[in-house]
Amino acid sequence: MRNLLRFLYKYYFFLFFLILEVIAVSMGIQYSLYQRARFVSATENISAFFNETISSFSDYFQLVETNRKLSLENTRLKNQLQRVYRSDDLFFIGEQDTLHRQKYFFTSARVINNSVNRMHNYLTIDKGRKQGISPEMGVICPEGIVGITAGVTKNFSSVISLLNINFHVSAKLKKNDYFGTLSWDGQDYRRAILNDIPYHVSIELGDTVVTSGFSAIFPEGIMIGTVEKAKVVNGNFYTIVVKLSTDFKCLVYVDVISNLQKKERKKLENYD
Amino acid sequence: MINRLFRNILFFIILLLVQVLILDNLQISSYAVPFLYILFILMLPFETPGWLLLILAFFTGFVMDLFQHTYGFHTAATVLMAWFRPGVLKLIIPQDGYVPNSEPRIHHYGFAWFMKYIVILVFIHHAFLFYFEVFSFHHFFTTLFRVIISALFTVFLIILSQFSVHKSKGFARG
Repeated sequence: MRNLLRFLYKYYFFLFFLILEVIAVSMGIQYSLYQRARFVSATENISAFFNETISSFSDYFQLVETNRKLSLENTRLKNQLQRVYRSDDLFFIGEQDTLHRQKYFFTSARVINNSVNRMHNYLTIDKGRKQGISPEMGVICPEGIVGITAGVTKNFSSVISLLNINFHVSAKLKKNDYFGTLSWDGQDYRRAILNDIPYHVSIELGDTVVTSGFSAIFPEGIMIGTVEKAKVVNGNFYTIVVKLSTDFKCLVYVDVISNLQKKERKKLENYD
Repeated sequence: MINRLFRNILFFIILLLVQVLILDNLQISSYAVPFLYILFILMLPFETPGWLLLILAFFTGFVMDLFQHTYGFHTAATVLMAWFRPGVLKLIIPQDGYVPNSEPRIHHYGFAWFMKYIVILVFIHHAFLFYFEVFSFHHFFTTLFRVIISALFTVFLIILSQFSVHKSKGFARG
């Protein structure tokens, strides 16, 4: 007994270190292996408050750029509206048009925390469950896609950024509809990698890459970026470097997309 | 004693604010990410008992984790670094030993000693943190590069902070 006590006394520093380190490492491992979203909890609200305060200052420095983007988008939307009205005139034949149903619903949100310099980057936005956000909704901005919502609290949501090495999205070439998987390699916040495009497809630099719409998360045809480099590496598929159209360093306003027909589609495709 | 406790708490809060409000928003590149907050553990007095050192490290890392939305990474890295601290101090002990009741500061033991102390511990912390965050050795050299650049950045900030602390202290006394 005395020996044990002496042993404990002699090595208490190491043993105590071991205990604390095991606790910390197991926290980290759980966090890495499982969806981080589960850990979004009360703590998120505390730090979200801080982040909101910080971003309310930093927003001022981006006002000019934000205004420019918003007015550009306004113009684009006005043009679309014109087109839609006109097409409605054309199709007005007194029948009930069951195809013309709203499929997506957009919610505007403000980015209150954002990072681009880690391997797993996340954003926090200022809309949550109360405003109808739920996990696994797509997030886009006027320039292109941003990420997917993960954890949702009452008033905030955390978004897995495209700049996260665990993020994958189904993407296609706009001109010929060949699709592949887009992911980030953790190196440059302006570039991502598109894989699985077969080698016989003709690809030119500058080709547009958009979302494929195969997952129920993003609608088809949301801009992702343009082809910057393409080469065939060992085998039958291209590895394409895509220059992202979204500038992740100056995100302020984003739209969260809820797919109103997601449940129906999931039921059909039978996965949970 | 009370004065010292109070000063350390103040120091902790200032470091935390600098880290969260300034450094975390300073997105220079994904290769240069400074973590100045570990200075709190590095600057503790020599006589700090082992258990207190580890508890403070755990606490500091945990608070950083809360703000960075990463659970366990900073805690584990900081605790590891705190465990290495007494060993490193013993390894680089100056010829006439450490003055009782002093703190490991640049103007007590000189630039060369301080650099050795800081570089070893910052490198341990950053290496563990970055490899743990990536959670694989898949991008081994990219991560190593990140570790080196970020550690250099942190060391630079620490040296800078030493001179500012030294100056203000002298000013208060004079």
